[in-house]
Amino acid sequence: MTTWAQGLDGSLWARARDPRTSGVAGLVLGVVACLLALPPIGERSILGPILVGVAASMLGLWTATRGRRRLGWGAVAAGLIGLALGVLATRSSTSNLNIVFTASLIASMFVFSTPLVFGAIGGMFSERSGVVNIGLEGMMLMGAFWGVYGADRGGSWVVGLLVAMLAGGLLALVHAFFAIHLRADQIVGGTAVNFLALGITGYFFFQLYHGEDVPAGVSTIPNLKIPGLDHVHFLGAAFGNLSLMVWLSFALVIVSYLVLFKTAIGLRIRACGEHPRAADTVGINVYAIRYASVVVSGILAALGGAYLSIGFGGGAFTDNMTAGRGFIALAAMIFGNWRPFGAFGAALLFGFSTALAYRLPAYSGSAATLFQALPYVLTLIAVAGVIGRTVPPAADGKPYKKQ
Amino acid sequence: MTLEPPRKEAVPEPPEVAAETGTLAARIALRQRSGGIAVPALTALVAFLLGGLIVLATGHNPLLAYRDIFNGAGLNWVFHPTTSTVNTSAYNLSQTLLQTTTLILTGLAVAFAFRCGMFNIGGQGQYFVGLYVANWIGYSRPGMSPVPHILLGIGAATLAGAVWAGIAGFLKAAVGAHEVITTIMLNWIAIWIGSYFFGNGGPLQNASNPTVPISNDIADSAKLPVFWGQQQLQGLHVGFFVALAALVVFYLLLNRTTLGYEVRAVGFNPDAAAYGGISVKKNLIRAMAISGAFAGLAGGLDMLGYLYHYGVSDIPVSSIGFLGIAVALLGRNTAVGTGLGALLFGALLFGTTHGLASTVIAPDLASNLTYMIQGLVVLFVGADVLILYVWNTRRRFRPPKAREATA
Repeated sequence: MTTWAQGLDGSLWARARDPRTSGVAGLVLGVVACLLALPPIGERSILGPILVGVAASMLGLWTATRGRRRLGWGAVAAGLIGLALGVLATRSSTSNLNIVFTASLIASMFVFSTPLVFGAIGGMFSERSGVVNIGLEGMMLMGAFWGVYGADRGGSWVVGLLVAMLAGGLLALVHAFFAIHLRADQIVGGTAVNFLALGITGYFFFQLYHGEDVPAGVSTIPNLKIPGLDHVHFLGAAFGNLSLMVWLSFALVIVSYLVLFKTAIGLRIRACGEHPRAADTVGINVYAIRYASVVVSGILAALGGAYLSIGFGGGAFTDNMTAGRGFIALAAMIFGNWRPFGAFGAALLFGFSTALAYRLPAYSGSAATLFQALPYVLTLIAVAGVIGRTVPPAADGKPYKKQ
Repeated sequence: MTLEPPRKEAVPEPPEVAAETGTLAARIALRQRSGGIAVPALTALVAFLLGGLIVLATGHNPLLAYRDIFNGAGLNWVFHPTTSTVNTSAYNLSQTLLQTTTLILTGLAVAFAFRCGMFNIGGQGQYFVGLYVANWIGYSRPGMSPVPHILLGIGAATLAGAVWAGIAGFLKAAVGAHEVITTIMLNWIAIWIGSYFFGNGGPLQNASNPTVPISNDIADSAKLPVFWGQQQLQGLHVGFFVALAALVVFYLLLNRTTLGYEVRAVGFNPDAAAYGGISVKKNLIRAMAISGAFAGLAGGLDMLGYLYHYGVSDIPVSSIGFLGIAVALLGRNTAVGTGLGALLFGALLFGTTHGLASTVIAPDLASNLTYMIQGLVVLFVGADVLILYVWNTRRRFRPPKAREATA
């Protein structure tokens, strides 16, 4: 199997022949098939989506026959779904389409996906080192509350983020201690961490704010206005005014990819998650790596949570504010097969489905509600192995005991 | 989909675990884990102590707070028992037992899966589907006579829970999908399905007011008889005895039937069970379905017993299925333990919310204290090694003479 790194060294033709290229092209075409019929392109004939969708499926089939089955069948599915959605969209009224599919849909996709990206990448670090982290939800919740508390009392969103990171890291440390040193069942431990976070944030929210809301005017994470992009059609509305955290989440994906797959420390993390005994034998401190990874995971998840309260939440907190986003982040990590770009793609998909669900009432209110279940159904299908198969790190969830 | 040879999912136990079971400390810990009420009691005590510390640190008197929660749960009823629910403590106790009823069943759901080596974290979702189905049966057949109506409602709810959990069991048996992931996903799917059913424009929404996202009320014929208190005031219904019977069924099923033997064998060691001729896959599906049946029954009893209708806004608030995890773990996955754990958490649940009348601690604080205690209990129960560690430390601190004598 040719990897990207080898492909980069080889000729352009070798790269083009790599089944991965045709698979990715199929996936992209599948998305395009659907996009064709939507504003701003707004193709009204059903021919376009059909042609592009079929092309995507053919590329997928070709990929599947050349050894990359998961990617290939994924592209086939993308092509067919894109085709179906595209044809549906051409049958739908233009005014409805213009309400739902605006550039702000892209912007709101990023709003919904950003906490998921932070959570999923965080979870990935923990699980890549061999510690299952079902406590992401709790760590996010800690970030959400302590973030807004820090921003309120510290007077600045920077303080808020720091306090959130501290709170998330501390909760992760509890999880790490029980999972690594006490070799407790990591799933039980993660469940406990979620309950603890729910109790702690609820308790202190009431204790510190006496049952009132967080006072208005809390310093919030600013948006980044990109000069020059504001007036560009579509792109300006989609990318021109996104939160700093959205851009940070993009950077986080790239950095975590580089750290995990291109550095020695990343190799060590992965070694601890695949075969801790072997890692220990070559002198890697498995406990230290796992502790660090779990704490990093808590810090990242807490940042995602802080984005909820002092990012697009505008400086507010409510009990159980994360409302399951930590679990969607976990799902995104699994759906993305424990890989940074995979997790990012899944988070975008889930964020998009949420953003869409908020706009679908233009068509039907009750169907829009049902649409919210989509991320979970997709993840269920992914772990069921209908389209390819998700493979967790080999030693994920297994406590390690030094000899 | 092409058929592939089944992949070997079971990873051989690492050698260090096998070596550890032989040591004295491990055997003591095992005995402690399997029998004995001391360790669970200690676990609960430590959780209450730590929770009390937080209460103390935030400027409330923990002793008085716990006293008020105790009274709020109606447990002070034992000092002056009466059956009249005009009496506050008697009323509170009936409400605590109402919560206990549900918790016994959601606890048994978690416990049964644990005994087969699986972690059913989806009790909440299975509870919800039971609730939805019971609501549907309850309102859509108003002409039925009470006994068949109730039996149909409860049976359908139980079946719905079994099917919902069975999906996870099937996926685990067929493709090795981890049941924790699948049951979490099924939880959220159940939550959104409920929001769709009862939400505005949903198929089960109360038709009389299309802007209020709430279900229909079930017919009177589907309501369970109340034996303590009044039906209008959420009295204790006969489902309480169903839950008690479920404890007995759980015990007999696991310990006195072939099915239970097979389930436990798979839970102990799937490879050995398979070698002994037990179908691991069949038992994974079966255990998960039975586990879900308990949770579905809980949802059915709640709907027919005292809820009667359900709103979309109630859905995210309910955590009764998750509390079942703490109940089962604290009860060491046994029938008696689960019953006692359910009583403890039932008391906490009602005593820190509606039952609480306290000048020391507000219900908003106390109810979150419940979550913390729940978290701490689950955290400590999960850590067998902590118990081993404490045990070893105790041995270390014994006078050297005594140690020599045992050596």
